[in-house]
Amino acid sequence: MKSFSGKVLFLDRSDINTDEIIPAKYLTEISKEALKPYLLEDLQLDGFTPEKDIKGKSIIITRANFGCGSSREHAPWALEVNNINMAIAESFARIFRRNMFNCGMMAVELPGQTIDHLFQVFSGKETFIETDLEKNVFILKADGLEKEAGFSISDFDRALVAAGGWVEYADAKY
Amino acid sequence: MGKTAAEKIFDSHFVDNPSGDIHVISLDAVFCHEITTPVAINDLVSRNKDRVFDPDKIKAVIDHVTPAKDSKTAMQGKILRDWAKRHNIRDFFDIGRNGVCHAIFPEKGFVRPGYTVIMGDSHTCTHGAFCAFAAGVGTTDLEVGILKGVCAFHYPSTIKINIVGRMPEGVYAKDVILSIIGRLGVNGATNKVIEFTGPVVDAMSMEGRMTLCNMAIEAGGTCGICYPDMTTVEYLWEFIKDNYPTKESALEKFKKFAPDSDAEYHDVIEHDVSRLEPMVTFGFKPDQVKPVRKMEKTKVDQVYIGSCTNGRIEDLRIAAQVLTGNKISASVRGIVSPATPKIFRQAMDEGLLKIFMNAGFCVTNPTCGACLGMSNGVLAEGEVCASTTNRNFNGRMGKGGMVHLMSPATAAASAISGYITNSSLYK
Ligand code: SF4
Repeated sequence: MKSFSGKVLFLDRSDINTDEIIPAKYLTEISKEALKPYLLEDLQLDGFTPEKDIKGKSIIITRANFGCGSSREHAPWALEVNNINMAIAESFARIFRRNMFNCGMMAVELPGQTIDHLFQVFSGKETFIETDLEKNVFILKADGLEKEAGFSISDFDRALVAAGGWVEYADAKY
Repeated sequence: MGKTAAEKIFDSHFVDNPSGDIHVISLDAVFCHEITTPVAINDLVSRNKDRVFDPDKIKAVIDHVTPAKDSKTAMQGKILRDWAKRHNIRDFFDIGRNGVCHAIFPEKGFVRPGYTVIMGDSHTCTHGAFCAFAAGVGTTDLEVGILKGVCAFHYPSTIKINIVGRMPEGVYAKDVILSIIGRLGVNGATNKVIEFTGPVVDAMSMEGRMTLCNMAIEAGGTCGICYPDMTTVEYLWEFIKDNYPTKESALEKFKKFAPDSDAEYHDVIEHDVSRLEPMVTFGFKPDQVKPVRKMEKTKVDQVYIGSCTNGRIEDLRIAAQVLTGNKISASVRGIVSPATPKIFRQAMDEGLLKIFMNAGFCVTNPTCGACLGMSNGVLAEGEVCASTTNRNFNGRMGKGGMVHLMSPATAAASAISGYITNSSLYK
């Protein structure tokens, strides 16, 4: 199972699409690892520089409809090879969300108000998330601040995460 | 309560129901091409799971970029080729025998009524023309399909489109599907199966039905489905004749997968084509459609006839009929790609290639080629292409290029005049 704790990258925008996550021109790559340098290369966001901001981060917190656009699974892979195994957002595009769990990664939805609050309190600070998969809570920590946020995922998605993705799940079960 | 075609197919392939309405179903065929499969293969190798569930149910082709155009596409082809060899995948089609996946696989008889099919390609919905459940999937789903022969889907919900009326002369399946997508919108059938039925579909050839189902995904549909009838049996007969004493008995068996009369639908739509005109897209989304008549001042730089939508023999016959005795405009580059070697040979034997060449067209080998702007006819910035393909997304055939989708008849007529034009077959 992948790790779902670590430092947070805040992306304060809705509708970040898969072209922004990984541009189409890299789809001819035949390994996931080759995508590593290009994650979020085309994302236009004030104050965001991919080379500087991605390093060391393990979790993305963003707004609504993350991962919309093309269905390319290269988007979760580009995250995965950069050690980002989880995205937390108000909502996700359907296929992107499916692809994340298929890869044994997590795409977790929190209410808009909670997301607003997390941006207000933590964005701009070096923030760390501890994920407790048994109790279904995230514990966010920064500068002595601490906050808990509960979440829920379906049993199937949980099983995929535990197995390390659909390939491992299906190979063991069917 | 009765069942839809997709429900019957799902229930006959049930494996598991891991949660909610997610059903894991067994697969009759897993199709592969060289763009999406190599990553799946490499991932399986890295997980120490370089296996295939059944080499006879896996069919593979190099079709998107063939012959390879550079080192990267050459490597994609090589990974698929080596993999097919090491796993004894006998139905692997390499250069000389290859053609566009959604044209060559049906032509080889690989899709039958009641089948479940996946492929790492969004236009896999084409195969529903045979009353199969066929869906495009992502790489991980493809990987699991290759490894275990199963796939997980939401239990299908279906929109039934009853196509009625009398098709005007010079109007084709492509015009029908463009008008349907215009009506549903690009999200109108998201997560839904579309059943195409009614007298207009009954009268269509398998080629026409494949054109309809091919574009189900452009309205967001998971799969398009046509009901099995004698046309389906005739098309498949050479492949199934040893399994059934008569065509009627084959049909009886296939009819099992036709929907029950009391099946429940998400929506039922009646689509009358009696007054339908030849249609064309105008923007960057396939639901932006207008009658050709309203686009007649649009100048074109390139005309492309081919692809999994309209590169079949019937399409080439219609285009050739329009082109006979004509030359294409001096300002137009005409490209035709017969979708498979069989179609290429047929077009040659029937004298169609000669008509294309006399008119000034370039005839290419069977390939996806220009359709996805990877080879064989990429557009320059600002150029316009009249195309028989299925996607007009921004940049689809080349950065800064504009694609107008239309039928082969309209494309041929547009090549002659240099502008988007109604064909002489439409009166
Ligand atoms: S012809 Fe075009 S749409 Fe069809 S499979 Fe090839 S690239 Fe895809």
